[in-house]
Amino acid sequence: MKYVDEYRNAEAAQRYARLIARQVTRPWTIMEICGGQTHTIVKYGVDALLPKDITLVHGPGCPVCVTPIELIDKAIEIASRPEVIFCSFGDMLRVPGTALELLTVKARGGDVRIVYSPSDCLQIAREHPDKQVVFFAVGFETTAPANAMAVVQAKRDGLTNFSVLVSHVLVPPAMEAILSSPQNRVQGFLAAGHVCAVMGTAEYEPIAARYRVPIVVTGFEPLDVFQGIAMCVAQLESGRAEVENQYARSVRREGNVPARNLIKDVFQVVPRKWRGVGEIPQSGLGLSDAYAAFDAEERFGRAATSSDADSECLSGLVLQGALKPHECPAFGTRCTPEHPLGAPMVSSEGACAAYYRYRRHDIPLTVEPQ
Amino acid sequence: MTDAQEFAVSCPIPQTEYAQILLAHGGGGRLMHQLIEGVIVPAFTNPALAERHDSAVLAVGGVRLAFTTDSYVVQPLFFPGGDIGSLAVNGTVNDLAMAGARPLGLSASFILEEGLSFETFRRVLDSMRRAAAAAEVPIVTGDTKVVDRGKGDGIFITTAGIGRIEHTRVIAPSSVRPGDAVLLSGDLGRHGMAILAVRQGLQFDTTIESDCAPLSGLVQDLLAAGLDIHCLRDLTRGGLASALIEIAEAARVRIHVREAAVPVIEEVQGACEILGFDPLYVANEGRCVCFVPAGEAERALQVFHAHPLGKDAAYIGRVEESREGLVTLESRIGATRIVDMLSGEQLPRIC
Repeated sequence: MKYVDEYRNAEAAQRYARLIARQVTRPWTIMEICGGQTHTIVKYGVDALLPKDITLVHGPGCPVCVTPIELIDKAIEIASRPEVIFCSFGDMLRVPGTALELLTVKARGGDVRIVYSPSDCLQIAREHPDKQVVFFAVGFETTAPANAMAVVQAKRDGLTNFSVLVSHVLVPPAMEAILSSPQNRVQGFLAAGHVCAVMGTAEYEPIAARYRVPIVVTGFEPLDVFQGIAMCVAQLESGRAEVENQYARSVRREGNVPARNLIKDVFQVVPRKWRGVGEIPQSGLGLSDAYAAFDAEERFGRAATSSDADSECLSGLVLQGALKPHECPAFGTRCTPEHPLGAPMVSSEGACAAYYRYRRHDIPLTVEPQ
Repeated sequence: MTDAQEFAVSCPIPQTEYAQILLAHGGGGRLMHQLIEGVIVPAFTNPALAERHDSAVLAVGGVRLAFTTDSYVVQPLFFPGGDIGSLAVNGTVNDLAMAGARPLGLSASFILEEGLSFETFRRVLDSMRRAAAAAEVPIVTGDTKVVDRGKGDGIFITTAGIGRIEHTRVIAPSSVRPGDAVLLSGDLGRHGMAILAVRQGLQFDTTIESDCAPLSGLVQDLLAAGLDIHCLRDLTRGGLASALIEIAEAARVRIHVREAAVPVIEEVQGACEILGFDPLYVANEGRCVCFVPAGEAERALQVFHAHPLGKDAAYIGRVEESREGLVTLESRIGATRIVDMLSGEQLPRIC
């Protein structure tokens, strides 16, 4: 397939692997921010081709994984109401709340629907004027513009039966939280290409400078990841700490300006709790005052402020790159995709799910002769 | 790279503890597997059921008969490349074919929802008649029930079929051996993506059509060629991945597949990229895998390629010895990973 197959070319991948091996003179730990990159790495076996001195740790960039449990519980409570049609991206339905998950709400008769786009919810709201249609607006900066657009359209069209339960999170504050942690072992970042396609790359420049850490904006195909790692290693080896853009076919320094403006109009930066990690200041988006009428928490009550997560789940450490998924004692035994203790085992972008799906058996991960 | 030992897991997957049936229990993945193995099969234990094949094989007066049944609840009722009627006929014909049986007769039971238009019902019946004629099998018995409006979804169809096994081979997962070649009859994912494209209103340059088709003729050609067929399995819900995992677990072998050898047409690949799906798990309705000794693989491929439904057949992998049943895949960039059964249905990703 044009523009996809080229980025999965085996020969080119192995050339990059050799290039990286030639560059490396000592051990380096690099974090890929985005869960989509984690899945590419584990699914294609990118890490299996890398020299032993390169350790990849997996970052917090899985929106499903970091949505706090009390907000999941709030979603479940709203979705259980008979007057509500609750719409969500598919990934969220299996994330465990304190007692159950949205899929069980659906099985018990709740009207829970998977949508691909928040604008689908507006159509549902128009078709069901007697119902309250609630959209679970999760995601990083990537999904924020489309979610913002749905709210803007709802206001313009005077839709009074539509609201959003917002749990947007922002990447740069999470990177700073990881870098400031005493347990931090990350020496270089592959930043999330799609987030930067919206937000641009400028906001990463102060982070690279302050923490002396290379940040390479990277795409999602195997060759993107190889090239991102090669650029990051080149910086580390030469002692540079800059923001570089591997994903130039999608990302510009200024990002997508209309999308950024839309986010600025509809949302405001708020403190946000990250599941397993805790509250990070200025790390989320909430609806701005002008759009507060569309806030599902205004309509159905605020989510609780604290909730006891399963103490056995170490997803917080996994999400900060301090622990590999299979190093968790519950991995693959008490925690599986059918029985997740934490969200990273659920989401298609969660690191635990990636390891469970692709790495569970003790098979050699070496490259076979062609 | 991390030591492979670190990934070893000692405890089997725990039984599900859901109090209700979830939609995912029908999704062709691990939850459905658990429902069948943990709840349904124990209720009816017997030797024919224990074989876990697409059809049960029953010996009647020196003749071996294949017997199978399947229900169809697809929405929309009509989709590019087929409809619920052709699907109901071909699905059951294919289950018989996977036992190497020649279909003798089908039953058709209808659960109709009050308010269903006669025009729709006639279109479905006409489609079933044409599909049955193409598969050279009569529909010989049936049943009809009507339920209140809102209690059905237009029309549900259950078909059952019997077929005669005219050879002495045991075509079943238990016959799969290390050294077998794994052949795939054609490209993957057309049915699932055709349905999803209609449901989601996705439009591509060319419409993706379902691969819905009867495989009995192709299987009869393979048998007529005298090939030592060890196992056949048609790929339905859960796709190629789930079918291979079921066979690997039943035969206690490792099935190793080369991703680059698995054919997927560009339209399906594109739709999968957009929606975040893996074609390995997408449903098919006219594709099968065939296990033969490696020495017969080339000749088997020639038979596939001579049939319209096998013209894109490919040699995708091999069977190896293993302590436990599992499927591994050599990725396009040359690294090996396992292929796991999904929990339920594939869920679209967020970003």
